[in-house]
Amino acid sequence: MKEENVIEAEELTKAFGDFKAVNAISFEVKKGEIFGFLGANGAGKTTAIKMLIGISKPSSGQATVAGFDVYTQRESIKKNIGYMSQKFALYDDLTVKENITFFGGIYGLSRAKIKEKREQLISELGLEDISNKLVGSLPLGWKQKLSFSVSLLHDPKIVFLDEPTGGVDPITRRQFWEMIYKAADRGTTIFVTTHYMDEAEYCDRVSIMVEGKIEALDTPKKLKEQFKVDSMNDVFLKLARE
Amino acid sequence: MSITLNHISKSYKKLKAVQDISFNVEPGELFGLIGPDGAGKTTIFRIITTLLIPDAGTASVAGFDVIKDYQAIRNTVGYMPGRFSLYQDLTVEENLTFFATIFGTTIAENYDLIEDIYVQIEPFKDRRAGKLSGGMKQKLALCCALIHKPKVLFLDEPTSGVDPVSRKEFWEMLKRLQQKGITILVSTPYMDEAALCDRIALIQDGKILEIDAPEAIVNKFPKKIYNVGADNMYKLIRTLQGYEHLYSVFPFGEFVHYTDKRDSFEAADLKSYLKNAGLTDISIEATQPNIEDAFMELAK
Repeated sequence: MKEENVIEAEELTKAFGDFKAVNAISFEVKKGEIFGFLGANGAGKTTAIKMLIGISKPSSGQATVAGFDVYTQRESIKKNIGYMSQKFALYDDLTVKENITFFGGIYGLSRAKIKEKREQLISELGLEDISNKLVGSLPLGWKQKLSFSVSLLHDPKIVFLDEPTGGVDPITRRQFWEMIYKAADRGTTIFVTTHYMDEAEYCDRVSIMVEGKIEALDTPKKLKEQFKVDSMNDVFLKLARE
Repeated sequence: MSITLNHISKSYKKLKAVQDISFNVEPGELFGLIGPDGAGKTTIFRIITTLLIPDAGTASVAGFDVIKDYQAIRNTVGYMPGRFSLYQDLTVEENLTFFATIFGTTIAENYDLIEDIYVQIEPFKDRRAGKLSGGMKQKLALCCALIHKPKVLFLDEPTSGVDPVSRKEFWEMLKRLQQKGITILVSTPYMDEAALCDRIALIQDGKILEIDAPEAIVNKFPKKIYNVGADNMYKLIRTLQGYEHLYSVFPFGEFVHYTDKRDSFEAADLKSYLKNAGLTDISIEATQPNIEDAFMELAK
């Protein structure tokens, strides 16, 4: 049986006037895969992600996400994915419980389902003692872990993580990656961007964008062999500097 | 001393942002404040740039007291805050001229100091600052912080959210400025950048965990570290977490860093334990700790 693809992109392009921010990128992401989406600032990552999550219409090319078309089924895409970024987290002036309930409602879960998910999530994260505290009072690391769990509330097939660990302390950063592994192990596909090159090594496969194009795509091991270097940091420096 | 902090504390309501912090930075030194968001780095910058009065303690910069001599400090230091703080609707050149004029100088007078940075943004000198890319904004902000030839340069998270290539270039610029005799205090959440500083302070939750040269901090690491690899990273971590002799396990790139409770560690024992758990492609090799290992051990 053919392995199931959660993302399929073919010559996907976004142009702003004459400038092609994303220039004919093609790739697939498999079910349960941790896919690292890397590139320098301004390489076109954010523009590409916006097309994949259904908030920006491509100029040309084809893509499906979770089985839905990025031109015609954008609302279905939004219902079937999770998304978190460093900037958009949760509501600071709602409590932990209220945030979970609120987002559960947004995702259209039933009251009973929200209650079940809320209890499960609070116990898994060990947040029992602070579940009635305002999210704004939590340390950044906790917010990011909670935000990731909330993005998984509706059991999406794929979750997009845009620099989820920026500025987070090294222990929490690693706990966060354990959560990513756990979600992937359960079959959720992870699409993640990061500027930490050690995190690129945690991915099953990594793509590197340079000036709108995907210039490299493979497992970290094979990329290191291909560029004859010891670390993903060196792969990145080699690609982006040439 | 170029920068001195003595028992500095600062709270915002209940939050103790900085608690009894003391350190010195020598003239000409490149000193790093290394810690995650919320560690208190920006509060320290705001105190020594005279923008915030500490609750307790004393501090001086280039021999001037941060409270008594605040005006002298403002003329002596350059400050690049974490948030882009230039005038978005002035052009690149207008911003630079503005800051030069405020400090009673001209671009021409100190051009040698900014030349190798400014030439990279000069093609866009008529563009409004708000329309620049992140990397170019950062270079302009650095030029504006340098235009009055400061003795001391403060950089609050200049590389946050910046890709590895631009980060490397930025640090090369800092090294060149240091060679021109400028004392630099820089903060970063990226632990790999710690190795590029002469000395660093590791900070978390408003407290200093350690101050020393980066290699000295690493050398103090109390345990032997092993790189352990296997076919399935998640299963490897879970399996190691169940190992009775485990002291710590943290993912580090393609391997995990493993430390053992015992003084005498047998790689063969661990290997057979992992094998029995169903893991394959197992490798165990001694490796050197790095700043992140040290930070995590100290932060425990």
